[in-house]
Amino acid sequence: MASGVKPRVKVPKSASAGDIITIKTLISHKMESGQRKDGDGNIIPRSIINRFTADFNGQNVIDVAMEPAISTNPYFQFDATVPEAGEFTFTWYDDDGDVYETKKSIKIG
Amino acid sequence: MSLTRRELLAIGASAIAAASAGPAFAAADFIEGFTEGADVGEGGVTITAPEIAENGNTVPIGVEAAGAVAIAVYADGNPVPNVAVFKFGALNPNQSATTRIRLARSQNVVAVAQMADGSYTMAQAAVKVTIGGCGG
Amino acid sequence: MKKLATLATSCALVASMVQAGPDEDQLIVNDEISMVTEVAAPAHMDAVDTIYSGWRFRSDETQAFQMDDFDNPGMIGVENAMVDWETADGSEGKSCADCHGAAEDMAGLRAVYPKWNDAMGKVTTLENEINNCRETRMGAKAWKYDGGDITDMVALLSYVSRGMPMSVAIDGPAQPTWELGKELYYSRTGQLELSCANCHEDNYGNMIRADHLSQGQINGFPVYRLKNTKLNSVHARFKGCVRDTRAETYKPGSPEFVALELYVASRGNGLSVEGPSVRN
Repeated sequence: MASGVKPRVKVPKSASAGDIITIKTLISHKMESGQRKDGDGNIIPRSIINRFTADFNGQNVIDVAMEPAISTNPYFQFDATVPEAGEFTFTWYDDDGDVYETKKSIKIG
Repeated sequence: MSLTRRELLAIGASAIAAASAGPAFAAADFIEGFTEGADVGEGGVTITAPEIAENGNTVPIGVEAAGAVAIAVYADGNPVPNVAVFKFGALNPNQSATTRIRLARSQNVVAVAQMADGSYTMAQAAVKVTIGGCGG
Repeated sequence: MKKLATLATSCALVASMVQAGPDEDQLIVNDEISMVTEVAAPAHMDAVDTIYSGWRFRSDETQAFQMDDFDNPGMIGVENAMVDWETADGSEGKSCADCHGAAEDMAGLRAVYPKWNDAMGKVTTLENEINNCRETRMGAKAWKYDGGDITDMVALLSYVSRGMPMSVAIDGPAQPTWELGKELYYSRTGQLELSCANCHEDNYGNMIRADHLSQGQINGFPVYRLKNTKLNSVHARFKGCVRDTRAETYKPGSPEFVALELYVASRGNGLSVEGPSVRN
């Protein structure tokens, strides 16, 4: 497992049914591009998060294919429609096969 | 206005002439892969990026295309032009997103949207990447 | 006609001066913490009337990173340090929290450091104090002076003091150290023969190649830099600056850099503690 990888998300705790809410996500990750060289001139191998998804109660909000041009500590902001109470699932997929997942529930009211 | 593959390549050629350095307009081939050769129009997609980025390592950008299925982002002056492809699901209200990207030098950042009817449309933003004064 | 031309010239001059200086933006973090980014210079400064946070010299896009904690990647370091704060380390089995309570109880500390330490008989930085705790109270190994662990911890101590005015003491037993720091600030170094003052006092607001020179204030440290995408400590930044004058630099944690930090901090007395801030 890549070290120091920690997902963070910002989701309102509650909304009215049908509301559009803004979500922010950030995951601590080096996003080694595969373009850099070490002190001896050898290429440092690529090691990035290559995909990010956000779903709500099993329905997709956004699905991002990520390349090495995404900055260190990948950040996304986007909107979501909240039709009912439920749970967001955020998932990041690492080149090394690791999957990082975090969930946030939202109330209606 | 709509662009054929030939015209996309022509844009690339003029970009090379303007920049007079660096690799060929590699994004054209990648865009071609995304659109599967379809013509690319303009309008209906926006890309927001700073005119001047204080550091190319972390440049905030935003894309939006109401009604799009997906938006692909390319940086035509990067060693690898692909940046990201945003696919929008059923619960996405406005087909917009912001992120932070790496730009190796001053260049155009290109957004190509795939609309629900299968058509494609693109927009681009020129970003000047400044080299730090000392960089210390 | 001549009058018009003069007017046009003076307008152009004013315009270029406005453009060259700090901008007029207000820094309010999380819509909550109102930061003082501009204030009358402390009495000890002769050449500068008004001091400005480095935030005021950055582009709107860079400024936005610091206006919401979620958008500020420096907060990753603060969160790491919150874990370390509660985690026992060393032979005594103690954590920071065991002696000091909540990290929030340390509010105000960042604003007064570097500071004279009677027991040690010298001016110390927060990094010195953290390592002093680790070695003498916790029985733990000292952290590398400008390493990630200690810079994260300094970021946490800054975080709990955000919005408080910088207020380091320069008189009493700290004065000789402050005088040394002042001497270093005005000493030219390296093949380029540049002092701190040449850039950050004589030329703040001007462009150094493509970069907008700030006053070199350190109220925002540790700083998350877009350039290297990590938190940077004061001494690491000093090292970078001095190296770029093409000089052999002092080492992070050296008495010279401690003295320089005290002096530079005193040039920011009155500005808000901003760390962790975001710069280019």
